[in-house]
Amino acid sequence: MTMRSLSVSMPRDLLGIEGLSAASISALLDLSETYIDTNRSLVKRRDTLSGRTVINLFFEASTRTRTSFEVAAKRLGADVINMEVAASSVKKGETLLDTAMTLNAMLPDALVVRHQDSGAVNLLAQKVNCSVINGGDGSHEHPTQALLDALTIRRRKGKLEGLLVAICGDILHSRVARSNIHLLKIMGAQVRVVGPATLMPTDIDRMGVEVHYSMRTGLKDVDIVMMLRLQTERMSGSFVPSVSEYFRFFGLDEEKMKVTRPGALIMHPGPMNRGVEIDSAVADDLQRSVIHEQVEMGVAVRMACLDALIGGRRNALPGAA
Amino acid sequence: MANASDGRPVAYINARLIDPSADTDQRGAVLTGDGKILDYGANLFSGGAPYGIATVDCRGHCLAPGIVDLRVHTGEPGEEHKETFDTAGRAAAAGGVTSMCILPDTEPPFDDASLIEFVARRARQVQRTKMYAYGALTLGLKGEQLSEIGLISEAGAVAFTDGDRPIASAQLMRRALYYAKTFDALIVQVPQEPSLSTGAMNSGELATRLGLGGNHKLAEAIQLERDIRLVEMTGGRYHASKISTAEGVDIVRRAKARGLKVTCDTAPHYFALNEIAVGDYRTFAKVVPPLRAESDRLAVVEGVSDGTIDCIVSDHRPQDVESKRVPFALAEPGVVGLETLLPIALELYHNGQMTLPRIWQRLTTTPSRLFKLPGGRLEKGAPADLVLFDPDIAWVIDPDKFESKTGNTAFDERPTQGRALMTVLDGRVIHRDSSLWPETVAA
Repeated sequence: MTMRSLSVSMPRDLLGIEGLSAASISALLDLSETYIDTNRSLVKRRDTLSGRTVINLFFEASTRTRTSFEVAAKRLGADVINMEVAASSVKKGETLLDTAMTLNAMLPDALVVRHQDSGAVNLLAQKVNCSVINGGDGSHEHPTQALLDALTIRRRKGKLEGLLVAICGDILHSRVARSNIHLLKIMGAQVRVVGPATLMPTDIDRMGVEVHYSMRTGLKDVDIVMMLRLQTERMSGSFVPSVSEYFRFFGLDEEKMKVTRPGALIMHPGPMNRGVEIDSAVADDLQRSVIHEQVEMGVAVRMACLDALIGGRRNALPGAA
Repeated sequence: MANASDGRPVAYINARLIDPSADTDQRGAVLTGDGKILDYGANLFSGGAPYGIATVDCRGHCLAPGIVDLRVHTGEPGEEHKETFDTAGRAAAAGGVTSMCILPDTEPPFDDASLIEFVARRARQVQRTKMYAYGALTLGLKGEQLSEIGLISEAGAVAFTDGDRPIASAQLMRRALYYAKTFDALIVQVPQEPSLSTGAMNSGELATRLGLGGNHKLAEAIQLERDIRLVEMTGGRYHASKISTAEGVDIVRRAKARGLKVTCDTAPHYFALNEIAVGDYRTFAKVVPPLRAESDRLAVVEGVSDGTIDCIVSDHRPQDVESKRVPFALAEPGVVGLETLLPIALELYHNGQMTLPRIWQRLTTTPSRLFKLPGGRLEKGAPADLVLFDPDIAWVIDPDKFESKTGNTAFDERPTQGRALMTVLDGRVIHRDSSLWPETVAA
């Protein structure tokens, strides 16, 4: 499938889920489906993005996301350059724009950008001529993660609309939570956020979610449990008192899963802290845990995003085949 | 054009005279000479222009005391690429500001009497708007040790503050208020409880959506409540700057009702904008404290209107492009305000929320009285510091046309009404908008 298969027009950039229409999200998920078959076939490579250049510009370390984008771009035939800019060398914000302008002069077709500051990717997108895909910015958005989560859910449950989803843990610092809240709400799911009050952003309920401070009430009758990674440096002092206390009250285990709806799925964006936010017994439960499937869907979703943003425009050029 | 730099009398006739002290807005005239106001009033020159005296026909436009701005950051010394005394003075004159108080958070900070004298010397050199300096409340603005409040007062500091850095220690604030009483010095604080005000924008739904750290509005309330308790204990003079929340307005209102020596100010961005102006990570709308919710904005309007908020300040803080064109959390806070202070303050008039004399009380008479400055009022013998303005003229704010060295305004492209036509300092014309106010008759 190419861009021509998309029944809706895509913006130049993918900076976040907020603002996308249900039709755009559905079209991206549909396109992603076709790439699952590609990825599962013996010959995975396509020439959709042949001659195109994709630069992965990562200001924050992330092997998983960066590799997923790299695999996706290469399977579409693009030339991929990985740039990891150590956070310590980017003390001044103008370095971000200097780097962007330099790369822009090399005429890439897409920049995949991860940055530790919210809004940094939006700022960068204003300064370059190519498509920009947000690979995660601060606590703001991580749109491809939300899309891959949605694809995973849709394949397992056959729909998104009407499902009851609990997003659990460190909501305050999570870009994954924000993108997922936007997407799930747009697609008609009901969303709960569950976690300690210290890790709950102000006025999160005004984003149309139910707020629970107890896993027992938060997980009751849910179809999907999305666990979030808790960074261990946040475990002491001001946010939560200790790892053991956090796991006791907010870590996911068999006992807490009992109140969920039968057939409830367990998700996690990875990498997991076993024994902190999730117990190994549920993380490795092949019946309910779709954590590895999420990783697989990630490549398909990123192929679809790259195709929709830069493959489609190539196809739209006069004289293109 | 009449220009009384030689001290000869000048009659400003046919004016709509705004007298904040008398709370009047009526036709009248002003006579200046020797840099002072010699006479003024509704009946002055009612029979026509006096023979043989240089005359400015104000053509019915508003004539009022020049604005006294209590809160101006200059880049000088230390960050002259952002602003100098010269460019700040030009911007002030263009905005109708005839006196300004310069904050001490420069490099080096004004924590020594010699730096206060430096400001006075530079102000004399550039010969623009009158410039006064705050003294730093603590050495190096570190919030640890009191500066030489007595000596710095003697050198001419108008008040004491650590600029945008609130005094975290209650003990230090208590001692500052006690000690400053000896010199009748005013302590100025931006009330923000430091550990609650680390976020980049107002705490709430928008910050959550944008993934930005929130500065909770209670940071203002908590610090204000603490400081007011200390004022009550010490009997010191205290002025809270940049009130931004409904709670803050209410706390000051109650403190005043109890007879405490507490005053406060706010800046136009807190009554003309709300947090939505941050929009898509718009760093030009990043200020300290942050822009708040609409309910807070309305409360600030009410506070200015009923006099709970005593003064309106520009909070002029120039920032170069490199300080603003970065991710929101990393961007330096601040907006330039000298050239937008008058038109944005006039929105309160156009919206029917305040009369012109009342607005001018907040801009001139009250700040002048609180800081014991000579300007800011129509009074025989007072400095002839005046602004002639048209409150109705429509224009669109364009930072490219600013006199300020930088254009970091949150009001870019805002359609507005009201503009200074001419600014007079000690009887001398320091600004004239030639596009709006062509040369007039001088007898």
